[in-house]
Amino acid sequence: MTFKTIFEAQNWDETKASIYAKTAKDVENALSSKKKTLEDFKAMISPAAVPYLEQMAQLSSELTKKRFGKTIQMYAPMYLSNECNNICTYCGFSFDNKVLRKTLTDKEILQEVEAIKEHQFNHILLVTGEANRTVHVDYFKNAVELMKPHFANISIEVQPLETEEYKVMHDAGVYSVLIYQETYHEEVYKEYHPKGKKSNFQYRLETPERVGDAEIHKIGLGVLLGLEDWRTESFFCAMHLEFLQNKYWQTKFSISFPRLRPAEGSIEPNVIVSDKELAQLIFAYRIFNENVELSLSTRESETFRNNILTLGITSMSAGSKTNPGGYAVAPESLEQFEISDERSAKEIADLIRNSGYEPVWKDWDNALVYNE
Amino acid sequence: MQTLKIAGQEFASRLFLGTGKFGSSQQMEEAILASGSELVTVALKRVDLETDTDSILSHLQHPHIHLLPNTSGARNAKEAVFAAQLAREALETNWLKLEIHPDPRYLMPDAIETLRATEELAKLGFIVLPYIHADPVLCKRLEDAGTAAVMPLGSPIGSNKGLRTIDFLEIIIEQSKVPVIIDAGIGAPSDAAKAMEIGADAVLVNTAIAVAGNPVEMAFAFRLAVQAGRMAYEAKLGNRFNQAIASSPLTAFLGE
Repeated sequence: MTFKTIFEAQNWDETKASIYAKTAKDVENALSSKKKTLEDFKAMISPAAVPYLEQMAQLSSELTKKRFGKTIQMYAPMYLSNECNNICTYCGFSFDNKVLRKTLTDKEILQEVEAIKEHQFNHILLVTGEANRTVHVDYFKNAVELMKPHFANISIEVQPLETEEYKVMHDAGVYSVLIYQETYHEEVYKEYHPKGKKSNFQYRLETPERVGDAEIHKIGLGVLLGLEDWRTESFFCAMHLEFLQNKYWQTKFSISFPRLRPAEGSIEPNVIVSDKELAQLIFAYRIFNENVELSLSTRESETFRNNILTLGITSMSAGSKTNPGGYAVAPESLEQFEISDERSAKEIADLIRNSGYEPVWKDWDNALVYNE
Repeated sequence: MQTLKIAGQEFASRLFLGTGKFGSSQQMEEAILASGSELVTVALKRVDLETDTDSILSHLQHPHIHLLPNTSGARNAKEAVFAAQLAREALETNWLKLEIHPDPRYLMPDAIETLRATEELAKLGFIVLPYIHADPVLCKRLEDAGTAAVMPLGSPIGSNKGLRTIDFLEIIIEQSKVPVIIDAGIGAPSDAAKAMEIGADAVLVNTAIAVAGNPVEMAFAFRLAVQAGRMAYEAKLGNRFNQAIASSPLTAFLGE
């Protein structure tokens, strides 16, 4: 059984209607039920749940403390390349965006490593566009090997790969793979991704299963909030999560909540997701799934991050640069999007401490990876 | 109270603590000191050995506190054995809390891999304390493999549900030749006291203390509960009866 089979039996409009039809009673049942179902998730993300936001926040905060303690994991993204053959209408790296492209060399990678390490980071997320001729598995493997002596935990957010290629990544030392569907609305997907390998909706949809088959420790899912109705998008993402968690019982999962941010040459969001709605979504995920990791990036504002960090989130980035070489080598290169929270890692760590939580810089060790 | 002995090492306190989930390292240190614990478990994955100022280790520098590194994150025996050797070298102790839970949702221990790893680690000279299900047969098999103690769970880790496995724990305690440390699920001092009353040699607590409103006071409460439970066990608890036994209606005919 693959997710594709289950997903193809779904109908977007009917699903959307069923979310918007949820009532206060459904929300109350969802909040009090012992084992949360996908129908409960629908109720919690529905407009009917808005009056229950405070109750949801309290529940979400308690559940997160019980499972993850009073801790927030810290990570930094490192953009290796902004070369890209895809056209994605919302992205600064889009192929049709005529600006200078850059892919970091070994020497430049190590310069960036040094700059990031100064901020105490031990977990790193490597990000690229999709340029298969120059930025491919061999390039990633080499980059991961350069990183390994310096970081305890390495994640990648790159183009979808084949299972065998993910195995190579696993053996090289990659702990987690982030792969966002962007939108689960198949027709709309084609409009946002008119050209390049990324235009293949199915191939992207099946990617988390290839990651799971390769026994990567953690899979990160998400949708780009701002393209289509966020409630329906998030329901399909939660459905994907539940399917994957049952299929890959040894794998960890994380959810990210990227809201569309201004970027060079990009479109305006089709749907505005308010702070209140994003908070509702975070609480709903936590109450639905007590053990999924929830991550919040510097796309979000200072105020939102200050207040949400004890309410369900388990990891945060800080002081992020979204352009290759952004930390040291080429601060002015093309960025993927503008970040919102520009505070340094130290400022964020202090903020977390002042909230009574502990910033965790290291929660993995290469000693736990044994390769034959 | 009798002193607890594991692998020749004596412990005045029968309360062991976990070091995760605390809101700050300072708070963790204060809670550990208030608990009186002499054995604290530290996740190898959380320790940063490259800096001298690791946020966990620098707060555990007390002569009475022994470290018990754990292999949390290992998914099989090979990974656990590999990690154990690095932990031994880095933390300079051959004590090891063996944790192999390939399931990241409920962190259920893998009995097969845990037995395999215990066999191998005991041969390598480790003092192994494996985290396991409350499985009496597995406990006997681990004894044969050379384990120093067994650490059966009371209920799912982090659940605070107490001693849901009590029937099996009682069998383990009755049969065990090595110390029995009840680990996971102990949610309140009363659970810890109960564990000691049924004859457990020690308990390990983390979540219930770390995420309490006041972790330091909660640590002290657990300290008292563990002492009370152990004292009650050593003083031999009276049996429980469902109704008062006033006379001997069935045997009165036997006369004096």
